[in-house]
Amino acid sequence: MKTPALLESFSDRSRVFDFVNRPAAGAKPDVRHGTILYVEDITVSFDGFKALDALTLYVDAGELRCIIGPNGAGKTTMMDVITGKTRPDAGRAWFGQNIDLLSLDEPGVAQAGIGRKFQKPTVFERHTVHENLELAMAGARGVWPVLLARLSGEQAAHIDETLELVGLAERRHDAAGSLSHGQKQWLEIGMLLMQEPELLLIDEPVAGMTPQEVERTADLLTRLAGKRSVVVVEHDMEFVRSIARTVTVLHEGRVLAEGPMDTIQNDPRVVEVYLGE
Amino acid sequence: MRTCTPRGTTAAAVLALLAVLALAPCALAQNNGQNEGQNTDSNASEATPATSESPAPANDATVESGRDAQASDEPGDTAEAQAGADGESEPGADTGEDEDSTEYAATIAELADASYPEKRDILNRLVANPNAHTAELLTAFADNRLVVRESDQTIFVAAEERDETYVLRDPITFEAAGKAATRDFEPVRTNVGLRGSIESGQARLRLQADDAETRLAAVETMTEKLDDTAADALRAHRPEESDDAVREAIDRALAINDLNTGDNAAKLAAVERLSGDFNQMVYNRLNNILLLIPEDTEDRDQAQLRAAVAAEVERIDWWRGVYDQLETLFFGLSLGSILVLAGIGLAITFGVMGVINMAHGELIMLGAYTAFVMQQLLPGHVGLALVLAVPAAFVVSGLVGILIERSIVQWLYGRPLETLLATFGVSLFLQQLVRTVFTPLNRSVSAPEWMSGQLHFNDMFALTENRLVIVAFSLAVFAALILVMNRTSLGLKVRAVSQNRDMARAMGIRTQRLDALTFGLGSGIAGIAGVALSQLTNVGPNLGQAYIIDSFMVVVFGGVSNLWGTLVGGLSLGVLTKFLEPHTGTVLAKILMLIFLILFIQQRPRGLFPQKGRAAEGS
Amino acid sequence: MRHSNHGPVLTRMLGDTGSLIFVVVLIALTVAVPLCNVYLPEASALHVTDYTVALIGKYLTYALLAVAIDLIWGYCGILSLGHTAFFGLGGYAMGMYLMRQIGDRGVYGNPVLPDFMVFLDWEHLPWYWHGMDIFPFAMAMVVLVPGLLALVFGGLAFRSRVTGVYFAIITQAMTYALMLAFFRNEMGFGGNNGLTDFKDILGYELSADGTRNALFVASGVGLLLGFLIARFIVTSRLGRVLEAIRDAESRTRFTGYRVAYYKLWIFTVSAMLAGVAGALYVPQVGIINPSEFSPIASIEAVVWVAVGGRGTLYGAALGAGAVNFAKTWLTGAYPEIWPYALGILFVAVTLFLPKGIVGLVSQLRRRMRRKEPS
Repeated sequence: MKTPALLESFSDRSRVFDFVNRPAAGAKPDVRHGTILYVEDITVSFDGFKALDALTLYVDAGELRCIIGPNGAGKTTMMDVITGKTRPDAGRAWFGQNIDLLSLDEPGVAQAGIGRKFQKPTVFERHTVHENLELAMAGARGVWPVLLARLSGEQAAHIDETLELVGLAERRHDAAGSLSHGQKQWLEIGMLLMQEPELLLIDEPVAGMTPQEVERTADLLTRLAGKRSVVVVEHDMEFVRSIARTVTVLHEGRVLAEGPMDTIQNDPRVVEVYLGE
Repeated sequence: MRTCTPRGTTAAAVLALLAVLALAPCALAQNNGQNEGQNTDSNASEATPATSESPAPANDATVESGRDAQASDEPGDTAEAQAGADGESEPGADTGEDEDSTEYAATIAELADASYPEKRDILNRLVANPNAHTAELLTAFADNRLVVRESDQTIFVAAEERDETYVLRDPITFEAAGKAATRDFEPVRTNVGLRGSIESGQARLRLQADDAETRLAAVETMTEKLDDTAADALRAHRPEESDDAVREAIDRALAINDLNTGDNAAKLAAVERLSGDFNQMVYNRLNNILLLIPEDTEDRDQAQLRAAVAAEVERIDWWRGVYDQLETLFFGLSLGSILVLAGIGLAITFGVMGVINMAHGELIMLGAYTAFVMQQLLPGHVGLALVLAVPAAFVVSGLVGILIERSIVQWLYGRPLETLLATFGVSLFLQQLVRTVFTPLNRSVSAPEWMSGQLHFNDMFALTENRLVIVAFSLAVFAALILVMNRTSLGLKVRAVSQNRDMARAMGIRTQRLDALTFGLGSGIAGIAGVALSQLTNVGPNLGQAYIIDSFMVVVFGGVSNLWGTLVGGLSLGVLTKFLEPHTGTVLAKILMLIFLILFIQQRPRGLFPQKGRAAEGS
Repeated sequence: MRHSNHGPVLTRMLGDTGSLIFVVVLIALTVAVPLCNVYLPEASALHVTDYTVALIGKYLTYALLAVAIDLIWGYCGILSLGHTAFFGLGGYAMGMYLMRQIGDRGVYGNPVLPDFMVFLDWEHLPWYWHGMDIFPFAMAMVVLVPGLLALVFGGLAFRSRVTGVYFAIITQAMTYALMLAFFRNEMGFGGNNGLTDFKDILGYELSADGTRNALFVASGVGLLLGFLIARFIVTSRLGRVLEAIRDAESRTRFTGYRVAYYKLWIFTVSAMLAGVAGALYVPQVGIINPSEFSPIASIEAVVWVAVGGRGTLYGAALGAGAVNFAKTWLTGAYPEIWPYALGILFVAVTLFLPKGIVGLVSQLRRRMRRKEPS
């Protein structure tokens, strides 16, 4: 946290004991109330343009939530806020009841248990597939432990398991940069899994995938839900329908509608937004 | 504030020279001799006309006078052989053998065995009633060239030759009077006090000059050597003086005279009259009074005078402080405008292409050398060459820039660190190239007349014209650049590419060509900066290096791809540096600035005026 | 690029052919050069002159500096244009020790104050000169001072995510500021002239043959240790995190790594290595002055790495040797040509040899192998 921001947080009376709320490293989100993600009244503006306008959204533990919306609806910005990349102008974001996401930076959010997959697949291209997974593997993230880290048999087995799961076992020693687009998407999902997050944020997982790959991805994501909470941002309606139980529609930085897919599809406001006036 | 002629007083000029020396960031030897030269020139007007020592042949020819006959009797006199004796009639002197000139001659003759006080008296009589050659006579007197022939106590003006002979002249008509051995003569001796009187006498003579500037200088000299005679002369001259500035100077001198010699009331009145006068002599005189009168004086009159003087001195000191600050501000702005000029080209290339051109400093250097070459090509047209050097430098540096872009930078797109290294190689290459072509010696580019004076506001405040011109020039270049950026299609495209390269390409902008043009534009401006720099510092192969880090700092401080940021950043860095320097010294000021910037960039990594929006956030 | 971190540490560090060859050659050089200097007669073709011993010794310290730069640039993508600042600080720490060893043998014969301080009419030793006459303390400073500067400077920079060219330029400003500062007499480091006229180190005369060879061996061992430390780091999981930061900084952050800490850590380690290199350099060349801090020297060092091939460590060392050999030779034979050559080298390496000599060699080998079967 930058010094001015830190000073501000001290002068802000409602947050005097900010650091008291900060969870100890490795603390798990407290989901006793059944909700894993609280996003409340988040506003983000760029040069006057409101990318998010008092957005409020809750995600239940173990839920698989799809978020849809036209371009510029604020989907990616919302993910940026949750993962600590963008600081909102106003609002609150909590992970469980105990972790204030807005007080954490990106690595802090990741360590607290939120994994993110980008729209464009981003893997470590010059590392091998195996190394990518090893880097993502949950564990100590401090400099010295990492310097002295050695792969235990158990960890190696875990990596092998994940390799099987994402179908990249045979390419484990190849550089990630040599993978196909779809394979990279899978590798990235595999990396997310190695992080063992409580909540996965997945941005357009099936963009550019073949129908078979889409099917396998849907299968994988559905299997994940329950153990972990998953938020998927996607354009592909077919895909959304195939996995979603609850769908949230974003429009101009706000929630336009929320509910089961069938209800949403028949909502006149949603139809208007998607088909135009 | 009144605006005077571009001549400064000694103090102001020396101050300006010192400041100029301190200003040039690379602290190389300066070519600001112009200021100094200007100053010596003004002093030189006090010296004699050059003719006095080199007799013209026409004068040599006149040998008929009685005095000459005496002279030619002398042994060792060999000089009368000059053939040119065509008997040209003498102008002036011979015709008027009237009473005046007889008296004049008699007065001169008195010098032969006069005491010092008598000599001073003689001097004053001569000045009071001069002939055409009195000024020359006084000069000879001051130079100890007035001699007495021992045999007959006759006075001559002499010029010594190598072989222990004098070339003699008549002290009244200044006609040649033959040659004679030095051993037969005694000089008419002078001492310090007498020489002061001579100088003052010369000044009194010049008080009659037609040229107001000469008269002003004469008054100033007389004020420095103020005595009753001088004061009387000034008082006498006052009513017939037509020039305001000279009258003002006379009033000042008379007031100072009152301070010196008047009674208490006159002194008080003089202090009143001098109020608001920032002349150094006035200030010195007032301070003297403060020293002379003890602070706890019992005498009420003295105490009153002291209080009045103290108040005046305080007032002058206050103004002096204000002018010092103004001067520092001006120096800061002038340094800042150089930084802006040097940094702005960099800001364009960095902003648009995201690459840092380490050869930017060398492009500045090339511009400076272009100015040098132009002056070599157009000898005698210093100003014209400099004006032509501006477009020439733009073209030279611009073309070199385009060459660099086409041959190197375009292949390294997306690899900014490699670009940095490769362009650094170019900078080494260019430096060595210049060393080979122009030798490693520093060259100096002369300043045209309209840039070598001072803008004189009053006796405490004057601005050097070269810096004023450079500030104005930088602002003009900046304004032109803003126009190009905001009003031309090139500018529109440049802005588009700097905001979103991919989108601009999709819109049909040929980014490759645009990159080359932008690079050329930035480099061309570097060349122009070089021309401006050539007026402040010597031109050498290392010129660019001194500015490269500074230019980066300006860009980083102001924020990338924001021309206004560069302007504000450059000017404020310049001003900040100049206000730091008096307290810390040049080197420490520079170090502190670097540390400040390093800390600044931590807090505001995108500079003073960051680009906002999603595109700028990056990943 | 596959690093296995399953096996024993030594296998992991020297598993790569290039590194293995480098270590073997370096050990051979460290042993052979002094032997050839001392035991072979001067007439022998294999005799190494005193001059050459000092010269190669100097190259070895440059190579260590290059390894330090490669560690951050090649593996973590941090381009520092101010690494000679750390090199110079290490050198000055060693220089201060050597100055204090002169004792009363200086021109002015002052037992405590170095000559330049007597010359400046100083009466007391500045506080930061105290203790520098104790060898272990001075050696600790060799590492700690550059390390501390790197920690503070890097801490400020990395925390605010100053990266890329911005970082390169502020490091350049840093070394430039240091250079200006050390030029000042008031700083107490000998101003313009720096520290020189050293007499002996640990009681051994610097000009003696034995000392020269010992310093050479120390440089060789220093480079070897520095190389092994660097190899240990880059072959560990930490090495992969560094590469991940280099290739996709943002992704690394979202994977839970505090990028700033990693950068700061490696930057500090690298600065310490550079400091050691500087300390080994000074007694062999006999002088340290502010020009060591010059920005150009820093950029030149970066080019050694680029020429050798970055991201390989041994390539950096190789580049340092090759460029400096060329420099010694050219500045002797054709002094006017050297700046041209260096300029062209900068351009040529970035344009045509992005992977340096090492990359060229492996490319040639691949081409040979491809031809063989056909």
